[in-house]
Amino acid sequence: MTDNLLEVRDLRLDIVSGRVGHNVVDNVSFSIGRGEAYGLVGESGCGKSITALSIIGLLKKPLAVTGGELIFDGRDLRALSKRELRRLRGERIAMIFQEPMTALNPLSPVGRQIAEMFVLHKGATWKEAEKLAIEALGNVQVPAPEERVKAYPHQMSGGMRQRVMIAIALACNPDLLIADEPTTALDVTVQAEILKLVKELCAARGTSVLMISHDLGVIANMCNRVGIMYAGRLVEERPVADLFLHPAHPYTDGLLKSLPQLGSRRLEGRKRLQEIEGTVPSIANFPPGCRFQPRCHRATPVCSVEIPPPSALSHDGFVKCFNHER
Amino acid sequence: MRPRLNLLIGGVLCIVIISTALLAPLIAPTDPVLDADLMNAELPPDAQFWFGTDAQGRDVLSRILYGARISLAVGIGSQVINTLIGLALGISAGYFGGWWDDFVTGLTNLMLAIPSLIFALAIMAILGPGLASLLIALGLTNWSWTCRIARSSALSLKKQGYVQAAKTLGYGDIRIMITQILPNMIGPILVIGTLGMGDAILAEAALSYLGLGIKPPFPSWGNMLTDARELIVIAPWAAIFPGLAIFVTVLGLNLFGDGLRDWLDPHMRARQL
Repeated sequence: MTDNLLEVRDLRLDIVSGRVGHNVVDNVSFSIGRGEAYGLVGESGCGKSITALSIIGLLKKPLAVTGGELIFDGRDLRALSKRELRRLRGERIAMIFQEPMTALNPLSPVGRQIAEMFVLHKGATWKEAEKLAIEALGNVQVPAPEERVKAYPHQMSGGMRQRVMIAIALACNPDLLIADEPTTALDVTVQAEILKLVKELCAARGTSVLMISHDLGVIANMCNRVGIMYAGRLVEERPVADLFLHPAHPYTDGLLKSLPQLGSRRLEGRKRLQEIEGTVPSIANFPPGCRFQPRCHRATPVCSVEIPPPSALSHDGFVKCFNHER
Repeated sequence: MRPRLNLLIGGVLCIVIISTALLAPLIAPTDPVLDADLMNAELPPDAQFWFGTDAQGRDVLSRILYGARISLAVGIGSQVINTLIGLALGISAGYFGGWWDDFVTGLTNLMLAIPSLIFALAIMAILGPGLASLLIALGLTNWSWTCRIARSSALSLKKQGYVQAAKTLGYGDIRIMITQILPNMIGPILVIGTLGMGDAILAEAALSYLGLGIKPPFPSWGNMLTDARELIVIAPWAAIFPGLAIFVTVLGLNLFGDGLRDWLDPHMRARQL
């Protein structure tokens, strides 16, 4: 149908343990075009990471995909066998993680860990793979790659390790890179460098990116379109610029208002930073209707009865809220 | 410096012991079986018989040199079998979990519940005495600790970020077990493996004592010890030297295993450089 690389349609994830089931992710749909960077934002536990894991088929029990479709490059990921899925991982869909400290095997030199990707997926010999690894390490701007390939992870800094992870993930030129909070564990200057690196490398190779973060700044930097998740539902999806200018969902609005802004004090005087009242409901007792409704200052009676359907917004994008125009 | 010293001393001891075992026919002063001479029985160590003689007048030194072949073969061979079985079962159980884990854990507990020597006795009784059956009997009965350690390490290692990362990068299960999990648990496995060699040498002694191991008159350190037991007051050297041989061998193997573990760990290696 379309030329989207990844289509997630009505994805539903549940915790299935014994007889009680809890819904974790409900009715999430989004798509990522070729070469596009899509951001998924939400606070901890809202289901961003498990959405990503479900795409590569690595959800662990008791979590399970209980509905919806995952279409990658025209193929239904849910229908693929374990073996086919494994071939896809690393070669066409790669992932980088939050913790560069633990994501590398402490007992093998980093070069070997990069080289293994070529051996595993491209059928290269170890000799060829080693040369390719040096090249890959150079591509992620690690200085003196010929020497660094022999280094062990503990001899490298966090930023360097994350670069190595990126080199491993991009080794086979994947079509989709899933970045699960890739910079959370790094300090701000390194964070900026890493983001720039990911952005440049992916742009150069035409790799699509699914960027998962709770940091709106990161998303603004990296992505074309953004989806905001709250309590397992996608509540708003917008092109990046629109989102920051005119947030439609009260949750998005709250998120943006809770960020301190440089220079706002001079313009608007001293003001208390606004927070979103209350806490995220636990997955065991999500409220009926809109899940944000108990914390929402725009809530009306209908909000606690019906689930708001997506309403299209001008330009592109949608919001799931009955009262987004107020 | 210390870890290197371990490796050095252990390695030298192991090399010396293994080479004496291999070269026994060349360096032994007498034949361990045929050169019995009752006129020389129970002689204390002197210039001719460095380690003295036993009740049959055989040279203790020669018997120790030949006995090293049996003891080392049994100690190393059976422990290699044990470690392979323990690793295969333990890693797969910890990694896959589920019914396979339950099964392996049950089997391990069963093995631990039956004293391994009794189990080995039963196997020996079926197979009959001899070196091959000793290897099988001791190799099949002592893997439970290795298995337990491998399982618990695999359980914690499979939660590690790099194992998760390997999965997302498309590694297969077998590849993950061999390249990601196994190397990270090699330390404790080496230690328990080399410790177990000492146990195996002693178990061989026990089985030989019961007449199921190496048949006399052929020497093994185990049956030398048991023969010497009756002479402990009259001719203590007949017991002391085989005992020392076992002690030095086990010490050498343990130091070697220890040193190897430190050397294999890049963190430790970096500290020394």
